[in-house]
Amino acid sequence: MKSEVRIMTKEEVYRIVIDPKDHRDVPLTFITDCPSYLMTKTGSWRTLRPIVDNEKCIKCGICWKFCPDVSIHVKDDGAEVDYEFCKGCGICAKECPVDAIIMEKEEDYV
Amino acid sequence: MAKVPEIELMFQGTTACPGCGAGNAMRYLLKALGKNTIINIPACCWAVIPGVYPSRNLDIPLLYNAFEATGAASSGVRAALNAKGVDPREITVVGFAGDGGTADIGIQALSGCVERGTDTIQVMYDNEAYMNTGIQRSGETPYGAWTTTTPVGSKQAWKKAPKKNMMEIMNAHGIPYAVTMSIAYPELMIEKIQKAKDILGPKFVHIYAPCPTGWRSNPSDTVELARLAVDTCVFPLYEIENGVYNVYKKPKKKVPVKDYLKIQGRFRHLPEEEVERIQKNVDLEWEKLLKKVKFTKE
Repeated sequence: MKSEVRIMTKEEVYRIVIDPKDHRDVPLTFITDCPSYLMTKTGSWRTLRPIVDNEKCIKCGICWKFCPDVSIHVKDDGAEVDYEFCKGCGICAKECPVDAIIMEKEEDYV
Repeated sequence: MAKVPEIELMFQGTTACPGCGAGNAMRYLLKALGKNTIINIPACCWAVIPGVYPSRNLDIPLLYNAFEATGAASSGVRAALNAKGVDPREITVVGFAGDGGTADIGIQALSGCVERGTDTIQVMYDNEAYMNTGIQRSGETPYGAWTTTTPVGSKQAWKKAPKKNMMEIMNAHGIPYAVTMSIAYPELMIEKIQKAKDILGPKFVHIYAPCPTGWRSNPSDTVELARLAVDTCVFPLYEIENGVYNVYKKPKKKVPVKDYLKIQGRFRHLPEEEVERIQKNVDLEWEKLLKKVKFTKE
């Protein structure tokens, strides 16, 4: 009963999803073999960028808990933001109990 | 108190707006239910959030259905599982609809599903308007709110009808379990969803999910708004188990409703006396709820 879903390779995503030359390039396939993290890079939406000060971080995990985009993770040396997907909503900065995260203008980093 | 599980069944790369409350609602729901879940979603924000073909956003089977059919589709999925001889405790069937798909357009299918006693969890994630199509008023939009169909300007035509009380409607069906929850308290949310999962029969879950786009609030205030809604008693957290009420999260100190209204642009036009009227109404509803708790526990 159990069937494993094959996940597309990056080349396939580019050829089929991002830049198809012809409708014949798009295969008749399961809708389920391309996870959204391969094709929707939401980091480009960001206008504010969260910057973590890991000196202040107490690794409580509250930022991870409240991130609606699963884009901040607490590792051994503090919190790490995944800038490929972070939309810059600022919930992490607002909820941080020790104010270790500040929001800066994205344009200063591009 | 249950911890927030590490498992992530919602991938990155959702097309939800920054600071979306519904994103977290789905994330916590799937964390609590685990991988053996079949979800069905009607037209709502979550019909858009997973992205377009061939992208998938959830690591579980997902069925899209028509706007009014969430309850019927859930019943169908459950009937198919029963026909295959699957143990109801093994797979959870979830109908995940917005407030329009539950309280307005989807109410007859939901009512039928609950009345038949189908073993499903019916989730309403409540962002208090039709946000997906451009902030039109719904039955769940609260009194006084601006939407694009209840405009304010030269005519002060804000919504004049109160918010529909879905918990009472569900209780009137004699539902085994109905619960309200808020994305500001993920641990409590996970605890209550797991409780609902273990009960056989129809379950109703009302999740309060702030929408920064439609509420004209700062995206970073999403969790704060959800917390304030509980602290001001605008959205009390309670459960109804076979008709017995229980408030499982009481605010330590009741905050004035004004604090909740003033950080949302959709209430900006309200004059002082209307704010007082909302406060009075909230106090009355809270008193009523406490009396129901007292009455049903005896």
